[in-house]
Amino acid sequence: MHLKDTIRESQAFLNRAIIAGLLVFGAVMVLVWRMAQLQVIDHAHFTTLSRENRVKVVPLPPTRGLIYDRNGVLLAQNRPAYSLEITPEQVGDLDQTLKQLAEVIEIDEEDLERFWKLKNRKRRFDSVPIRVNLSQDETAQFAVHRHRFPGVDIKAQLLRHYPHDVKTTHVLGYVGRISQRDVEQIDSSNYSGTSHMGKNGVEKTYESALHGEVGLEQVEVNAAGRRVRTLEQTPPEPGVDVHLHLDIGLQEVAMEAFADNNGAVVAIDPRDGGILAFVSQPGFDPNLFVEGISRKDYASLQEDDNRPLYNRALHGQYPPGSTVKPFMGLAGLERGAITYDSSIYCPGFYQLPGNIHRYRDWKKSGHGPMDLDAAIVQSCDVYFYRLAYELGVDRLHEYLSQFGFGDRTGIDLTGESGGLLPSRDWKRRARRQPWYPGETLILGIGQGYFLTTPLQLAAATAAVANNGIYFTPHVVDYLRARDTGEVTPIPPSARTIPIGLQQNWEDVRAGMQHVVDSPRGTAKRIRSDRYAIAGKTGTAQVFTVAQDEEYDEETLEKKLRDHALFVAYAPADDPQIAVAVVVENGGHGGSVAAPIARRIMDAYLLPDEESVENES
Amino acid sequence: MNYLPHHLGELTPSNPNRRQGLLAVFHIDLPLLAGLLLLCGFGLVVLYSASGENLDQLQRQALRILLAFAVMLAVAQLNPATLRRWSPWLYLAGLLMLIAVLLFGEVGKGAQRWLDLGIVRFQPSELVKLAVPMMIAWYLAEKRLPPSWQRLLAAALMIVVPVLLIAKQPDLGTALLVASAGVFVLFLAGISWRLIGGLAVAAACAAPVIWYLMRDYQRQRVLTFLDPEKDPLGAGYHIIQSKIAIGSGGLYGKGWLNGTQSQLDFLPERHTDFIFAVLSEEFGLIGVLILLAMYLFVIGRGLYIATRAQDTFTRLLAGSMTLVFFVYLFVNTGMVAGLMPVVGVPLPLVSYGGTSLVTLMAGFGILMSIHTHRRLLPT
Repeated sequence: MHLKDTIRESQAFLNRAIIAGLLVFGAVMVLVWRMAQLQVIDHAHFTTLSRENRVKVVPLPPTRGLIYDRNGVLLAQNRPAYSLEITPEQVGDLDQTLKQLAEVIEIDEEDLERFWKLKNRKRRFDSVPIRVNLSQDETAQFAVHRHRFPGVDIKAQLLRHYPHDVKTTHVLGYVGRISQRDVEQIDSSNYSGTSHMGKNGVEKTYESALHGEVGLEQVEVNAAGRRVRTLEQTPPEPGVDVHLHLDIGLQEVAMEAFADNNGAVVAIDPRDGGILAFVSQPGFDPNLFVEGISRKDYASLQEDDNRPLYNRALHGQYPPGSTVKPFMGLAGLERGAITYDSSIYCPGFYQLPGNIHRYRDWKKSGHGPMDLDAAIVQSCDVYFYRLAYELGVDRLHEYLSQFGFGDRTGIDLTGESGGLLPSRDWKRRARRQPWYPGETLILGIGQGYFLTTPLQLAAATAAVANNGIYFTPHVVDYLRARDTGEVTPIPPSARTIPIGLQQNWEDVRAGMQHVVDSPRGTAKRIRSDRYAIAGKTGTAQVFTVAQDEEYDEETLEKKLRDHALFVAYAPADDPQIAVAVVVENGGHGGSVAAPIARRIMDAYLLPDEESVENES
Repeated sequence: MNYLPHHLGELTPSNPNRRQGLLAVFHIDLPLLAGLLLLCGFGLVVLYSASGENLDQLQRQALRILLAFAVMLAVAQLNPATLRRWSPWLYLAGLLMLIAVLLFGEVGKGAQRWLDLGIVRFQPSELVKLAVPMMIAWYLAEKRLPPSWQRLLAAALMIVVPVLLIAKQPDLGTALLVASAGVFVLFLAGISWRLIGGLAVAAACAAPVIWYLMRDYQRQRVLTFLDPEKDPLGAGYHIIQSKIAIGSGGLYGKGWLNGTQSQLDFLPERHTDFIFAVLSEEFGLIGVLILLAMYLFVIGRGLYIATRAQDTFTRLLAGSMTLVFFVYLFVNTGMVAGLMPVVGVPLPLVSYGGTSLVTLMAGFGILMSIHTHRRLLPT
């Protein structure tokens, strides 16, 4: 090779090497430009993406507020419930583990089915329940064998529990799993960590207070979604505790007094409208609904002839029967249709002018001469037929609606029924028929179309006891924040029934007192030596007896028998409790319903005596 | 060609006296060595973070680096003339082993790349990375440059055969590196610009054919590169997460060990092919510039060595190997930054793994050998 060639080749190579070097430099500059674009120009954008990658917001569900009765007895609590959970990631042979687990603790087909279904929905490091609601024995049993099962553990979660179960069902309601329908109605972000919510009763009405505010936790997660650490935490605001006017002792007494009968009791403090007792018999165990009721249990509740799911105190609509008579008397006095002393003669029936139809008194032989007091005490129908006729349906409607009949009371429970207080207008609309004068008479003794709820009766009775001040009945007394102790009272709301003359109230109340303490009174058997009771019995027809037939309790099927009603308040001179009792198919108010009211009033007004009685 | 006995004719880079005797005796090029040590050191720092502070991995990688430096030193002792004599035989051996791999090779990660030699498993394609540029340089240095078109054609064939064999394994990254090694020799040998232009046009025309020949996953990679958002959880995931890591690093980075994308596993392959994203996230653009400066220094030194080489074979070989080193760098960083499709090429000297590290360092050993075995020119 010639030297000249060598030099030329060397020169040519140098050229190419320089070009290559420039290309390398250019390419590196492209790279630098690209990096600058990502790291400087689009930095903010990628910072956001990076943060979204690693930071997850986890809701921290608040603890639900507790519910107490008036004496501080716990009615609804949050109890830890234990479940056995498996973390698939930490278990080697899942099938083998399940087989061995079944030897230690009972696992049925349903459990396995749910396990596999849930497992497919969750991530490998999430735990999946294999058994829920472990008993204490089962928990202990597993604990002994725990070392044999890595990746299997017992988890605790707070579940609502009602320690007085059936006694509180129809007031408290219950919580249940949030359904698809619920989701549309709630603030989904506040409920993001919550599985249960109030379905009815106090649990539903005061849901927002009981639930509290959800907390948030920002956690750093890795690519697999596993939590690495907590970055920031806003603790949840626990639900507020709810204190009721209700007295669980009274509930118990009322339920015992009912024995096997169906019906309802509402007891109200006439001074503020607070609900002291609220019973619908029979009830059911609300705890069944918390973790989801089994199909079988639900079917048996639904098919039960006694209809335990039906809240009779709130939705039950019964003709008020003779319990309406004191209100009628007040209307008559106020309108001047009667005076306290004016008297009529009761022959055992009443006939409208120019009509031969006989409106019968319950007492076939008649009561003889009757003034208002006697008519209330003996519950003379003829007296009130006549009064009703003289007032007319329009005025009757006007006065009776003042006592809250025909309209919802506005109690702090959901799904209340309003009853039915008929009027000309109503009949034209609902029945497309004119009002007949005979219907006015029937209305006057609380029969016919007239329907009331036990709650309405109790509230109206309380208003009589309270001199015409009608309090909207309410279950909740006050809310109390657990952490700060701050109390929010639920103020009673009241309106005055426009019956101006004080004497009228006193006259009617005297009549009601004589119902119990006069020897001719329909409720004389519940007379107490310790305090005075004022009341009124009632009997509501379920089955209409034809004109020429007799009502014979013995021959009638139980479910066609009359409903027994009783409204009362006590002490008569200083009313502290007003009670309405309805015993379905119980027969006469005086013999069946009144003793129940007496037991409740005893328990409330003479708590010490009652305990002595219990001891004996 | 005559060579003087090398203990007489050798020249140390700047000062031929005994002050740098030790370096001269061991045929070490100090600037190159310094650049490589810095890169490997920086690499270990990044790796410690990328591996999740795994000291075991760090230790293993450090041992590999030591081994690789040992190989480099060993290769540096060889006389370039020896390398030149070995070239055709190495090439032939490489070719045969590639064929053997296709016939009896071990399958790993869906590709057939390994030969089990009993004691060690060996990747013949690594040998070919060195053998191809040596072969082409040897072949072209036989005759005057620039080469005739017949010789060019022959040289092209020598490149294409091993590249196709490697691509069939399939190992697209290595095939690309081997092809570029051969092509750089041709480029440095001074093939005409007209030919280069012609080849570019031919490559453009061949693109559809290549597309047709590609496997599904390779096509997927190209499609993903063009639009990574289309499949954010599948094939595009790597690139999206890598861009987030880089972009969120910003100018100064999130700090060593503090990269959330890398430490929380969002970044896949973070200690191997995507380690550049870890560095970008934790050290920011500043860190990237420092790393690139180190690479540019090594590449610059390599090109300098090439220009100072004394014969065609060593010039072409040194130049080609330096440029292949750059291809490593650019393909990897380009992929991680979303400039190029995902091709499995490690970040040279930094990514975790030993195979390519040893080959690379052997290449730098050749550079040192070329530079430290120069004769005094008879000027």
